[in-house]
Amino acid sequence: MSGDIKLIDTENLTKKFGDLTAVDSLTLHVSDGEVFGFLGPNGAGKTTTVRMLCCLISKTSGNANIGGYDIGKKEDSIKIRKIIGLVPDNVGLSENLTAYDNIDFYGKIYDCSDAQRKENNKLFLEMLGLWDKRNVLAGTFSKGMKQKLAIARALIHEPQVLFMDEPTANLDPEAAKTVREFILQLKKEKKTIFLNTHNLDEAQRICDRVAIMNTSLRAIGTPQELERSVSGRKTVIGLEQQANDAVFGALKKLALKNLSTGGDTITFDVEDPDKENSSVVEAIVLSGGHVRSINVVGSTLEDTYLKLVRK
Amino acid sequence: MRLSKAWIVAARDFKIFRRVKNVWVSIIVFPVIISVLFPVILEYTRARGNHGLAAPGVLPALLNSFSFFLVIGAAYVPIGIASYSIVGEKVEKSLEPLLATPLTDGEILLGKAISAIIPTLVAMYAAAVVFMVGVDEVTFNTLGYYYFPNWTIATLLIVLMPVAIVMSVLFSVIVSSRVNDVRSANSFGVFMFLPLLGIYLASETGIITLDINSLLIISGILLAVDVALFFVSTATFRREEILTKWK
Repeated sequence: MSGDIKLIDTENLTKKFGDLTAVDSLTLHVSDGEVFGFLGPNGAGKTTTVRMLCCLISKTSGNANIGGYDIGKKEDSIKIRKIIGLVPDNVGLSENLTAYDNIDFYGKIYDCSDAQRKENNKLFLEMLGLWDKRNVLAGTFSKGMKQKLAIARALIHEPQVLFMDEPTANLDPEAAKTVREFILQLKKEKKTIFLNTHNLDEAQRICDRVAIMNTSLRAIGTPQELERSVSGRKTVIGLEQQANDAVFGALKKLALKNLSTGGDTITFDVEDPDKENSSVVEAIVLSGGHVRSINVVGSTLEDTYLKLVRK
Repeated sequence: MRLSKAWIVAARDFKIFRRVKNVWVSIIVFPVIISVLFPVILEYTRARGNHGLAAPGVLPALLNSFSFFLVIGAAYVPIGIASYSIVGEKVEKSLEPLLATPLTDGEILLGKAISAIIPTLVAMYAAAVVFMVGVDEVTFNTLGYYYFPNWTIATLLIVLMPVAIVMSVLFSVIVSSRVNDVRSANSFGVFMFLPLLGIYLASETGIITLDINSLLIISGILLAVDVALFFVSTATFRREEILTKWK
């Protein structure tokens, strides 16, 4: 079942604030059990998108469904808010409440039974390493601990979709790592996560698919697909001596894309280095060439991101 | 709207208030001053033989005017509580996750209102009991009977005071959308304080008499203000409004 059901489905979703278009014709879908990264610079419309999908603000036009419920219908908005969990960019904890009371309050709002609340409060506080601090005021927590508590709060009612708005922003590397590891743990449990971030490394490590956004959607796909989408990878082969006509002729027969030679190096575009490079090396050797080195270079997700958001 | 959900919000706020000194000060100081100050003034003037102020013919009107301070207190105290309740959440940025839950705007607003109304009612009714007992104690010899309780103060406590509290809470919601700290929100309390102080001064100078009829008319006016403030505050306390337009 996982992966077949579209839990988030948007079509031309648009939000305008007066003359300013914050989100323009966004079309995407996120499947059940998928970790979806939503990448974009500050002001790209990521938070506005999450707020629309969480029924916190209205859309201007377009459509969006969460778990089959329409965000534009008033009667559906409460149903949507029942099946989602939100970790906002500002954790928004009640600083004068203990960690336990902070999440227990949310359990009550979501109609969790006493037994379920007790079990989940303990489960998530333990998973996030906060159980020993359950009776400590949230206001005394470090940023990392607050972030973890905000995640526990969003999970307390076991939502179908978890929205996380830059969960590792402003955290020190160690705290960010702990949060990332927890998200990976949720990924193993097949939780559906919509992750707003501008941390490309994080997106690459955690997300099944990512979308690059800057008011409008610039690209969508797996991190690997996006890396290749702007400019594909290249193979650079170093030879012991300059490429002679025999070597060059042999390579021409392979119909390699953008083949070029520069002294003792040969460069060409490659789709699948594992498959293509071996036949290229074989052709060079058979034509009398001696291979010194093989390197595959390509655009990174960062290259793709920078190119797309600057469009 | 589900009252049970509003009560969950209010119960959480009560837990928070236990740890916030400013809220305690709001709840305790003004009621204590009102309940103790006037009996002490009366006793002081009686002890000094100033029968002009404590003369039997003057006392009933004076006591009615004094008891109006319970209404002024009831309008003033919730400003501190409601302001903390809403502006506090704003400062801690805890409204967004709350708004992302299945609670309706009305349930959150009602919860906030309950958390400001109940402590105020408890504090002001307790202050009223101390006030009445204290006044009776120092005026019994002059009047020859216990002045309180009577229908005038019953009207004041049962009709006028709740209407004044609701007005104050609704006003606080509107103010909270425009300020970013509790102190600023509290300073707007003067807008609640001054009109009611004006009524008190009018009664002291004999322009109006604070009898049952007057109190019912004042209650009616405040009720109309409540209705107007209700529409403004519910329009202010909307998810989109809070997330995009609140300062």
